[in-house]
Amino acid sequence: MRSFTYTVRDALGLHARPAGMLVKEASRYQSKITVSANGKQAEADRLMLLMGMGIRQGTQVTVTAEGVDEDSAEAGIRHFFEESL
Amino acid sequence: MEQYKGRSISLKIAAGPVFYYEKKQNRVKREHVEDTEAELRRLEEAKTAALEQLDRIYQKALKEAGQEDAAVFEVHKMLMEDKDYQESIRNIIEEQQVNAAYAAATAGDHFAAMLSEMEDVYMQARAADIRDVTERLVAALLGRDTDAADPDGPVILAAEDLAPSETVQMDKSKILAFVIRNGSANSHTAILARSMNIPAIMGVEVSREWNGRQAVVDGTAGTVVIDPDDSYLEEIRGKMAEETRRQTLLRELKGKPTVTKQGRAVRLYANIGNVTDIVNVQEYDAEGIGLFRSEFLYLGAKDFPTEEEQFLAYKQVAESMAGKKVIIRTLDIGADKKADYFQLEPEENPAMGYRAIRICLTRPEILKTQLRAILRASAYGNISVMFPMIISLGEVRKIKTIVEEVKGELKAAQFPYRDVELGVMIETPAAVLISRELAKEVDFFSIGTNDLTQYMLAADRQNPRLDAFYDGHHPAVLEAIRMVTENGHREGIWVGICGELAADLSLTKTFVDMGIDELSVAPGCVLQVREAIRELS
Repeated sequence: MRSFTYTVRDALGLHARPAGMLVKEASRYQSKITVSANGKQAEADRLMLLMGMGIRQGTQVTVTAEGVDEDSAEAGIRHFFEESL
Repeated sequence: MEQYKGRSISLKIAAGPVFYYEKKQNRVKREHVEDTEAELRRLEEAKTAALEQLDRIYQKALKEAGQEDAAVFEVHKMLMEDKDYQESIRNIIEEQQVNAAYAAATAGDHFAAMLSEMEDVYMQARAADIRDVTERLVAALLGRDTDAADPDGPVILAAEDLAPSETVQMDKSKILAFVIRNGSANSHTAILARSMNIPAIMGVEVSREWNGRQAVVDGTAGTVVIDPDDSYLEEIRGKMAEETRRQTLLRELKGKPTVTKQGRAVRLYANIGNVTDIVNVQEYDAEGIGLFRSEFLYLGAKDFPTEEEQFLAYKQVAESMAGKKVIIRTLDIGADKKADYFQLEPEENPAMGYRAIRICLTRPEILKTQLRAILRASAYGNISVMFPMIISLGEVRKIKTIVEEVKGELKAAQFPYRDVELGVMIETPAAVLISRELAKEVDFFSIGTNDLTQYMLAADRQNPRLDAFYDGHHPAVLEAIRMVTENGHREGIWVGICGELAADLSLTKTFVDMGIDELSVAPGCVLQVREAIRELS
């Protein structure tokens, strides 16, 4: 299992569009990708649940990837967070 | 003739027949079903049909409005396919043995409620997207089409509210104006009206009975008039002629620099009182915003506006101005302009009372929240901040200490911000007389001539019997402006005027001769002032 923690910088937080992009990005990997923040947890292909997590600017988010391609999944999702959030 | 008032989105005027747009009600009844398998298949078919519709709308929006605006429909598609949403609908069908339309409506309500309960205003707005998606799915299940009915000719479109998926499908060339009951300055319809450059009035009790009747939408007055009479039409024609004159001036002067014949440049900015005014700032080509009155955030509210609400408003203005200066004036509220939640006591003499910076410095938590929001927004544009009703150096130093505290907090929380210019408004005789000392503490002065005239001449500007005494051309007022300009320049800071006098064309030459660096006027006055300055030698 691989994981990383990231503090959101984007002013609007994880709103609809980046959440949609995250779902797309996560669907490229076979690993199970989980997002946790604010004491809640959701798999990264659950758009409505992700939007409902209340992830905003300053929120600490932990992402874990578990599966055959967990290394590239962790790197890819981490890159997405750094670029878009 | 009937007249209605609402919030205006642009200064345009339009006349024509009303087209009342009625949403097809997707009333959903709960029905017991035996064959849940069949119901699940219907759900799949409806989902496929709805996704196809969204795809068409996405393509249409992409062509007409561009990638940025079309993206919302891509998100709608993803919401439609969302696993939890679909799973929740299927569960309701199976466990409660009910029809798919009822299950979809219930699941949609559930997820929309989850978002609208969040504190974040942006997220609350996303609840509307989920409702929109749900309505589409329910309509597909009920076999109704959601395509908007198109009017025959050019019309004033009246509606309770309009969802983005409804407006995108309309033939825009047939819409003269929008009149909407529900809808904020940031709603899709408001944004659309601005980009189409047509009038829109929000918050009006629209009625089905208006359908087909003649109407005038006057964005300059924020009114809708149904069945206008001849004298009103006469008045409107006069206004439209004035607007035409402005348009001519616009074509001649838009994009031209504000300089005298000898080449002295004056920065010509606009005063605004709401985020929606930006459209006029851009329309009339102001070079920046010289006075952004922040009161609208407070006066329209039931409680103190949160940092987040304020941040989003300031950020929107900063971003819309794309690097041009935006000077935000902190809260200028007082006994005549008040909101209940401030719990201000009635005063004998409100103009000289507990107001503006006096409230902010005795209740610093209010100022701090506002400053946090302003500084956070500063990362998104060229923001400056100024403080009203200053009378002493001590006030300015206190303010600067609070600004530093806020910066420290933001740094610790890793919020980006810029070092904004700090200025004070010169509105009191005290500030005029100590302007040399004040100039050492701040980056700029903005002279508020309305209050300055009132205080210099001891003439309450709310009292109509004092109109003859309230004279902005009084030598004492003009001498005060000259003195402040000179003292500011001696200490190397710039000096502007943001009151009514700034747009007084009979004083333009006087101000330019004094060396005033900036004039900030109502958006509609910008081009007249530019014309006057360009004619000076």
